[in-house]
Amino acid sequence: MSATHADPHRLGHGARSLGGGIPSKRIVVGYGFWIFLLSDIIMFSAFFASYAVLSNATAGGPSGKQLFDLTNVGIETMCLLLSSFTCGLAGIGARKESNLMFQASMAATFVLGAVFLALEIREFAGLVAQGAGPARSAFLTAFFTLVGCHGLHVTAGLMWLLTMMAQVFAKGYRPDILRRVMCFSLFWHALDIIWVALFSVVYLIGVSQ
Amino acid sequence: MSDETSDFGTSDVAPGDEGAEAGVGTYLVGLGLALLLTGVSFFIARTHLVWAPSIPVALIVLAIAQMGVHLVFFLHITTGPDNVNNVMALAFGVLIVLLLLTGSLWIMWHLNHNMMPMDQLMRMQR
Amino acid sequence: MLGKLSWAAVPFDQPIPMAASAVVACVMFGVLAWVVLKGHLPYLWNEWITSVDHKRIGVMYCLLAMVMLLRGFTDAIMMRSQQALAFHSPGYLPPEHYDQIFSAHGTLMIFFVAMPFIIGLMNFVVPLQLGIRDVAFPTLNSVGFWLTASGALLVNISLVVGEFSRATWLPYPPLSELAYSPGVGVDYYCWAIQISGVGTLLSGVNLVTTVLKMHAPGMTYLRMPMFCWTTLAANLLIVAAFPILTATLAMLLLDRYLGFHFFTNEAGGNMMMFVNLIWAWGHPEVYILILPAFGIYSEVISTFSGKPLFGYRSMVIATMAICILAFMVWLHHFFTMGAGADVNAFFGIMTTIIAVPTGVKIFNWLFTMFAGRVVFSTALLWSLGFMVTFVVGGMTGVLLAVPPADFVLHNSLFLVAHFHNVLIGGMLFGCFAGYTYWFPKAFGFRLHEGLGKAAFWCWTIGFYVAFMPLYVLGLEGMTRRMQHYDVPEWRPWVLLAAVGAVIIMAGIILQITQLVVSIRHREELRDDTGDPWNGRSLEWATASPPPAFNFAVLPTISSEEAYWDLKQRAIQQSLLSPEPSYDDVEMPRNSPTGFICAFFATMMGFALIWHIWWLVGVAFVGAFATFVVFAWRDHDEYVIPVETVARIDRANRAARTKVLSRMRAAR
Repeated sequence: MSATHADPHRLGHGARSLGGGIPSKRIVVGYGFWIFLLSDIIMFSAFFASYAVLSNATAGGPSGKQLFDLTNVGIETMCLLLSSFTCGLAGIGARKESNLMFQASMAATFVLGAVFLALEIREFAGLVAQGAGPARSAFLTAFFTLVGCHGLHVTAGLMWLLTMMAQVFAKGYRPDILRRVMCFSLFWHALDIIWVALFSVVYLIGVSQ
Repeated sequence: MSDETSDFGTSDVAPGDEGAEAGVGTYLVGLGLALLLTGVSFFIARTHLVWAPSIPVALIVLAIAQMGVHLVFFLHITTGPDNVNNVMALAFGVLIVLLLLTGSLWIMWHLNHNMMPMDQLMRMQR
Repeated sequence: MLGKLSWAAVPFDQPIPMAASAVVACVMFGVLAWVVLKGHLPYLWNEWITSVDHKRIGVMYCLLAMVMLLRGFTDAIMMRSQQALAFHSPGYLPPEHYDQIFSAHGTLMIFFVAMPFIIGLMNFVVPLQLGIRDVAFPTLNSVGFWLTASGALLVNISLVVGEFSRATWLPYPPLSELAYSPGVGVDYYCWAIQISGVGTLLSGVNLVTTVLKMHAPGMTYLRMPMFCWTTLAANLLIVAAFPILTATLAMLLLDRYLGFHFFTNEAGGNMMMFVNLIWAWGHPEVYILILPAFGIYSEVISTFSGKPLFGYRSMVIATMAICILAFMVWLHHFFTMGAGADVNAFFGIMTTIIAVPTGVKIFNWLFTMFAGRVVFSTALLWSLGFMVTFVVGGMTGVLLAVPPADFVLHNSLFLVAHFHNVLIGGMLFGCFAGYTYWFPKAFGFRLHEGLGKAAFWCWTIGFYVAFMPLYVLGLEGMTRRMQHYDVPEWRPWVLLAAVGAVIIMAGIILQITQLVVSIRHREELRDDTGDPWNGRSLEWATASPPPAFNFAVLPTISSEEAYWDLKQRAIQQSLLSPEPSYDDVEMPRNSPTGFICAFFATMMGFALIWHIWWLVGVAFVGAFATFVVFAWRDHDEYVIPVETVARIDRANRAARTKVLSRMRAAR
């Protein structure tokens, strides 16, 4: 099965051309996903803009300086940075078609992502328990939405990650599955880039003010 | 039909596809640089050694530098000819993000400066 | 169990919506019953609903747009008649109903008429013009279409179950916040637009990738037809602008559902942020609609003038310049809301600058026609009507771009006249031109010319009679969205505008007649050649209608006007190019993914609107499962055997040989 369907249409992997001016499917899919990611980043920039505008609108409630715990944010950042690294290793593993390297790196990525998510949920729950929930002030509204939107993306990424592990496990390194692995890794790295903007603008600037 | 490639398209790479030589090393360098920049950011935010008003600017500069590190070492975006389409798309995206952020901040600063906040207005009408 | 939903949601006591929805329901069930009883359902399911063929999806987009145009136009007629009657009188539409009608009119016309019409034409034409067999992401394309249809369905459900938004087509807070709009109307609006917005974004990603990455060999960027360039610009704008809309409406929904404070009056919320963000999407949206229309005019004018497009490169530069400038002007939609002089001056100047590339385009079209052999077909008439009308609309736009003038004119009927002037005279005329121009390509027969010309004259005259009075009314101080009024000077102009709406209605009736007559006389109007207008770009190189794979062999392109050059060479040598060696063709398999996704999306939207939380969960799980099942399939393509490909292409070549001999005889 896997041998005959390794590349039935001779256009899956590598830069081989579909004839004439049409590049390989890998390039087309990668580019399309790249465009989608840019649109996702623009969506985040709308949330960032709202946060920047509303960050001083605390309505008598607590400010970021009083609420944020940089140690927690530091651990979260570590998790995501390391998970970007393991995600890169998973990409190399997929290219080498090494099951051990791919599955182990993906599993590590999942654990790191899940720890990140758990820490974020704990932080949110703590804030709500102190009476600093999103309905308290416009600042907290914007904060919860911006950080929560990133958290939702991480959650979606984790679901996607498990699906990819299952697909590789069940179907092997087929070209269409390798394309999806590539898109997943783009997605995961992009989430990391957004987190860099997030911890700098929201947490670090918030605390230093 | 000839197998000759046209002057664009077939010579591209997909974004995120590294060259054959890239491997664990690239990711390790990227991770090291990212950790370094993150460390400096967290240090600056907590220390009193830096002149306070410059801290936000420094943090934003560091964040942009780190995003660049991620793009180059994790996403393998280069300035090579096979990456032109990817970089053009990225440049368009960055332009829109900058226009949206600066435009919104500039406009909203003016509106907040010129207009009375809504809750005050409501209080006056009561 | 059913959240906020109960029998009280159905407005049994209001005769107008009940009668309207009864008619809609009867028509829908009638069509459905006819389809099932006649046994067309398998055909419909296999060939259209699950189709991932860009041509079929394009046709379905256009069909959706035309049906929604009827619905939106009904709203327009109701508004015009209400204002005609409501002088010193409450008219026949109570305010809460009237408010829903103008909100629904704007929402439908922009999101479910203009957008699908333009996206449908792009989907149908662009792969043919690029000389390729399909778009970059065929299944995604189908998902995009069905999500758009899902949004349209939700807006129409609001007619019967519950109510639609009364907060206009862009629901400004605080009016749209829960405190002032406690009903489900704004929720209907938001979820319908969120769902169709995702569809539009997917379609944008697909078309950007297609235009940038997929071409026939030899078709460099600067050999692409103008319509492909405008498609690229419009879809770049979609990809860049629609996420802003999604984010903004998400914030409004969070305010409404979870008590957040983005745009509320309390707790530091800032409603101006909504206005700022929504127009950061809203202004590029204008160019998303008009740029592809510019592309259509370029194709039509060049074809019917028998000349290449004048100033092709300047046209490309102008298009891309508009694409960037479109993101630097959004404040002109709220000059009067408190920005200072320097902000207003900046955005005013940027807005007037956009008139420069647009002016370049108008001159290019004029010079394309200059000294050409102009054939005054219906499609060209629409283009000429556009050029005259759009210049008027553009002028009033530049006038509105001057902040001091805007302080006088904003929120008046002058503004309403301006944007109808550019949207009808610019975008809609372009869609009609494209519809007439590409109809034979899609179905194999032309539309009736006489009825088309009659419809054009009704639309054009009706447009001027309906909207020029609004300019006058605006200058006389009549604001928009008035349910009743008592200024006697306004009365004659309002009545005149109503007459204009009736003339436009005659145009629409003529268009429906044209379609029916053309279908009945399709044998006389048949296009055997695949090239009914003596066209210049590659879509005319295929048969009408094109086979599923478009091109048996991808053409090799060596100039800006790919098909025109092939044709000239064939005429000179009195011979088609030698028969190519055929090969098997692999095409993407049809997939019900799009339809099933949209089914769950509609379910989720409806459940969210009525707070039926368990149904939200069911729909989410269903949608996710659909994706996993889709991802799990092993065969995503099927093979058309070489014999079939050769047979179909030889028929096309035989038809062309016949044309060639006819042309030789004519010489």
